[in-house]
Amino acid sequence: MSLFKRYFNKKKYDAEHTVTWSEDMPSKGLFLKRFKRHKLAVIGFFYLAIILLCAIFAPLLAPYNPNEITDAFGEGPSMAHWLGTDDIGRDILSRVLYAARVSLSVGVGAVAIAAAIGAVLGLIAGYFGGIIDGIIMRITDVFMSFPYIMFILVVASIVGPGLTNIIIILGVLGWPGIARLVRGNVLAIKQSDYVKAGIALGYSTPRILFKHILPNTIAPILIYATSGVAGAILDEAALSFLGLGVQPPDASWGNMLSSAQSITILTDQPWLWIPPGIFILLTVLSINYIGDALRDALDPRNVK
Amino acid sequence: MFGYILRRLLIAIPVLFGVTVINFIIMRMAPGNPIDMLVSPKLPDAAREAKAIELGLNDPVYLQYWNWLKNLVMHGDLGYSMYTSEPVVSMILERMGPTLILMGTALVLGLLIAIPLGILSATKQYSKLDYIFVTGSFLGISIPNFFLGLILVYVFAVQLSWLPSGGMKEVGGDGGFGTLLVHMILPIIVLVANVAGRNIRYVRSSMLEILGQDYLRTARAKGLKELFVVNRHALRNALIPIVTIIGLEIPILFGGAVVIEQIFSWPGIGQLTLSSIMNRDYSTLMGLNLVAAFVVIAANILTDIVYAFVDPRIRKSYVGGAK
Repeated sequence: MSLFKRYFNKKKYDAEHTVTWSEDMPSKGLFLKRFKRHKLAVIGFFYLAIILLCAIFAPLLAPYNPNEITDAFGEGPSMAHWLGTDDIGRDILSRVLYAARVSLSVGVGAVAIAAAIGAVLGLIAGYFGGIIDGIIMRITDVFMSFPYIMFILVVASIVGPGLTNIIIILGVLGWPGIARLVRGNVLAIKQSDYVKAGIALGYSTPRILFKHILPNTIAPILIYATSGVAGAILDEAALSFLGLGVQPPDASWGNMLSSAQSITILTDQPWLWIPPGIFILLTVLSINYIGDALRDALDPRNVK
Repeated sequence: MFGYILRRLLIAIPVLFGVTVINFIIMRMAPGNPIDMLVSPKLPDAAREAKAIELGLNDPVYLQYWNWLKNLVMHGDLGYSMYTSEPVVSMILERMGPTLILMGTALVLGLLIAIPLGILSATKQYSKLDYIFVTGSFLGISIPNFFLGLILVYVFAVQLSWLPSGGMKEVGGDGGFGTLLVHMILPIIVLVANVAGRNIRYVRSSMLEILGQDYLRTARAKGLKELFVVNRHALRNALIPIVTIIGLEIPILFGGAVVIEQIFSWPGIGQLTLSSIMNRDYSTLMGLNLVAAFVVIAANILTDIVYAFVDPRIRKSYVGGAK
């Protein structure tokens, strides 16, 4: 577990400790049985499904247009506005529903980009080894030496805020973790008989890499990606909270909370900032529980 | 041992070099010409041009990088802020203290909570207590720190008026140790919730792995008391990987500082970062990023050295010439 070993002597360390996930992958039935044992993860799964539906059907579900100015200004929750309205008369419930779109698309989009870059670089580094491996791993070291949020803030301030930019920034800066993970697995899988057989049969290198090795690293990538989605949602919320993420008038859970930096809103209008905060918390909590259950259910070392 | 430390330090050099290169490239990508921030746009073009040449802004990028690096290595000079014109080094040093007080306290307290709770959780696996701690740990990692911060301010500063809502001391006050402590309580709670949340499960799983080992079964079979088995045989081995946590926590804490310091108006590195971003003060940002990266790398090296000291297997492999 030494950082030194992990960072700089990767080859020896990984080959010893990485379990080859591909062997003894649990069957579908076993997977479901193990997953269902985590009751909170099952609850989280249904919660996320509901949030996803709300996000997709936001235009149908939302009682008002999220940017429409109604005749109630800064009013508390009522029958007409279940979660109240903000100072310029926008319906909070509608804004929260639309903001779910932002959070979920940032979470999934950023991790998809990070996983694509990380998987390709990890495959190349692990499979070819030598100088290529050394260069790629030094680059991940450099990227991982910057404190993540600080680095993202600086890049966001230069590239400019906005939903698409946030997804790209979080994706492009999020790959080193996945690259390391994939590389470690490739080092172990590379030694397996079926890869050697593929080489002996004269298959092309891309075919071996993407058809034979990559599918067998999917389980650990999936587990890592789940926590990555939770992290990306939190990062987007923090960026938007600081004013460098999704820009008003577009609603995001983070920028809705940002209004609570003013003491009057914090004190007198708690309905403006508590609901988006609770939604972030529940969404991230659900994803983390699901990630934990996935780890348990997919782990080949698990014998139960 | 000396060889190990030296080797470890040498490997850090290319990484640090890479950090400066990436940093420089990103800052050069920044929109706007720095000359506009330094001299009044009202000056005639010729004067602006002269100033740009004097500052080396018209040199090729690699030459600019070289001069910047030379100043840094030879004089420890990071240049001047584009916004306040103060030396970047002194601005950063001034803000370093408050951040280190906050981060250091949070790290120590967080681990003091996470380690015993994680061990308790592991030894009583699947009990009510374990369930509560693990749930708490999930809450700690899932709650956005700014949301927790706002709730704490709302409850303890606004509703109950027990604690100050931000800053390091009262306006106009001279700020003794007591005031500092009172101002630290809320931000520390937020940071500790995060640190403890991340690490309870880590300690728990590292302890569970050890508890399943054969030598513990042997210890129990010898008829040793359970408490003795856990404290003497299991704990010592479980604590070794926990040393790594410290190295992993530091970059996260540094990043978290930006948000926490913003909410609690804590005059540290994080606040300086955010104000530099708002003012497009790229020379200060570059210095901040570099210092932060340096702290992260230094923390990693230190962790590894401590790790080598506590783990006899690693210590042995580096003593006596073996690689």
